[in-house]
Amino acid sequence: MENLGLIFAPLFSYKLLIVLFFGTIFGLILGVLPGLGPTTGGALILPFTMTLDPLSAIVLLTAIYCAGTYGGAITAILINTPGTPAAAATCLDGYPLAQKGEAGRALGMATVSSVIGGIASVVVLIFFAPLLANLAYEFGQPEYFALAIFGLTMLASIGEGSPIKNLIAGAFGILISTVGKDFMTSIDRFTFGINELTEGIGFIPVVVGLFAISEMLTQSTLINQIFNRVALKAVKLPSIDDYKKTWKTIIRSSGIGSFIGVLPAEGGTVASLIGYAEAKRWSKKPEDFGKGSIEGIAGAEAANNAATGGAMVPTLALGIPGSATTAVILTGLIIHGVRPGPDLFREQPEFLYGIFGSMLIANILFFVLGFFGAKIFARITLVPNKLLWPMIFAVSVCGTYSLNQSIIDVWLMLLFGVIGFFMRRYGFSVVPVIIGLILGELVEGTLRQSLVIFDGNWLMFLQRPIALTFFVLSLIALSFPLIKRSK
Amino acid sequence: MNDVHNEKGTNKSLSLFFKSSFIVSAVIIVISSILLYFTFTFDIVPPILNRGIQPATFPKALLILIIALTLLTYFISLKNPWKNEKKLPNSFYITLLSFVVFVTVSKFLDFFLGIALLSIIVSYFWGERRVTYLIMVSIIFPLIVFVFFETILGLRFPPGIITNLYYG
Repeated sequence: MENLGLIFAPLFSYKLLIVLFFGTIFGLILGVLPGLGPTTGGALILPFTMTLDPLSAIVLLTAIYCAGTYGGAITAILINTPGTPAAAATCLDGYPLAQKGEAGRALGMATVSSVIGGIASVVVLIFFAPLLANLAYEFGQPEYFALAIFGLTMLASIGEGSPIKNLIAGAFGILISTVGKDFMTSIDRFTFGINELTEGIGFIPVVVGLFAISEMLTQSTLINQIFNRVALKAVKLPSIDDYKKTWKTIIRSSGIGSFIGVLPAEGGTVASLIGYAEAKRWSKKPEDFGKGSIEGIAGAEAANNAATGGAMVPTLALGIPGSATTAVILTGLIIHGVRPGPDLFREQPEFLYGIFGSMLIANILFFVLGFFGAKIFARITLVPNKLLWPMIFAVSVCGTYSLNQSIIDVWLMLLFGVIGFFMRRYGFSVVPVIIGLILGELVEGTLRQSLVIFDGNWLMFLQRPIALTFFVLSLIALSFPLIKRSK
Repeated sequence: MNDVHNEKGTNKSLSLFFKSSFIVSAVIIVISSILLYFTFTFDIVPPILNRGIQPATFPKALLILIIALTLLTYFISLKNPWKNEKKLPNSFYITLLSFVVFVTVSKFLDFFLGIALLSIIVSYFWGERRVTYLIMVSIIFPLIVFVFFETILGLRFPPGIITNLYYG
């Protein structure tokens, strides 16, 4: 708690403030553009962060994360297409309200509830992450293995779509992480005689391929789609009456979003759906939902932005990403030589609290920019796909090439783009692949090291109380969809 | 009458093979089986040096898990069929083809030329006909990106007929 003062440090650094400003603008643009979003944008900007110091780099990525999550609401309300998956629930009431000529009111409520949700989640992050990090001091290899398994099973059970398909996608992600030289024995695995593969498959080609290139292929199937765009005069602050109607919903959704965010899963997307459903369940007028309910917008937007801070908790405290975007942030930390985990809290508190403070400022910045600039950002959706996507392709190719200066990385990016397109077409989420890839080395490494410690006795896992708890939780997580279905 | 019944039955069982759930499951299982075969070709660590499990064991377990889960998904799909996907439009295949053009050109001619060609193909076949915009998207923008990466990040792009001109 003595480090709380460090939260305000970014306010006194003009460099961090500039990074935050540009990160927030960039995040808003990415959030507004359907098919992009903070995950793809974060992955595309990772190579550029190499020119920054570690704190500025992570501050830039977190600003993109916070603002991008909110930016999705602008498109959801004005053109009935979620700018990000997390804004899908916002369409349900945002667009109908905009069609009634109240786009400004809908965007005002989305902006206010997003900021409240976002700030609430940063408060959760500030208090909960150090506690989790302290707990992680008790973790050895077996506990980390059990925790990673728990993370993957949670992803399967509360992620979007079929749990079994999510598990297949997660296993595929872990399988990708096994390509290259085995870290314990240096034996080649799945390299097929290609020298470039001995170092393994990098995170950037996979994430840019699965998100940006697969989205480009998806957009190629939608070139004749026409968007009906609702006119926006100005964003309006919610009225006293709107606040009276929604304050309970905003508080509830902020709690739900922060909690869901902490669990390793698809963060904002799931949080907004649950936040929306709960807002409807507790509403005095549930029949208004889907027809332009202001509570529906508040419920979805507070929850998806609350998931941002929540998802940073396991990312920073344990090195386990809470969502696809935090997987990108985790990669940013790793390539800048920062190892997340309990030691980070002890050794570099100024770094961590700098991130916390920056997230708070990013939430305030996107409130101001969203409030006064939503009209301008909304115009970005007018850039036609036939011009936008070739440009994104050029940035994707150069960005992917730049990290290792390897043309193989670019080809892998294209390959994963095609794989990602077909995965999404047939109902497989690509997010578990990313989480699986990030967790792969941890899962295999801790399993093999645990077996060395246990002298090959698998049953020893069950004699470790923390590991056993995580395994039991994993079983519950796996059986949760079955219980839900039987109901 | 019997023949008609049999014919209908045959059609029903044949149509099973054309369902997306069958095709997707078959593709995953075939690829996983091929990869599983490759795991048997990995070098084996002598028992005296081996700590824990062999390097092939973990990928083997993952591939078996993927095959088992895919089979499970397929059997579930017999009861709850996947939704029918729309036929892919020509613009998708053209975009896919532009990737092949990019890979070929960037490998044998020039990286920058590959990006420019892909951009012009995609932009044109997605509906852009204005020459100024086509030039902007295929030459000017990639050039800005190229120079930006080259100067800010100090990146050196692979040699090629145009890139060599830039580097002198």
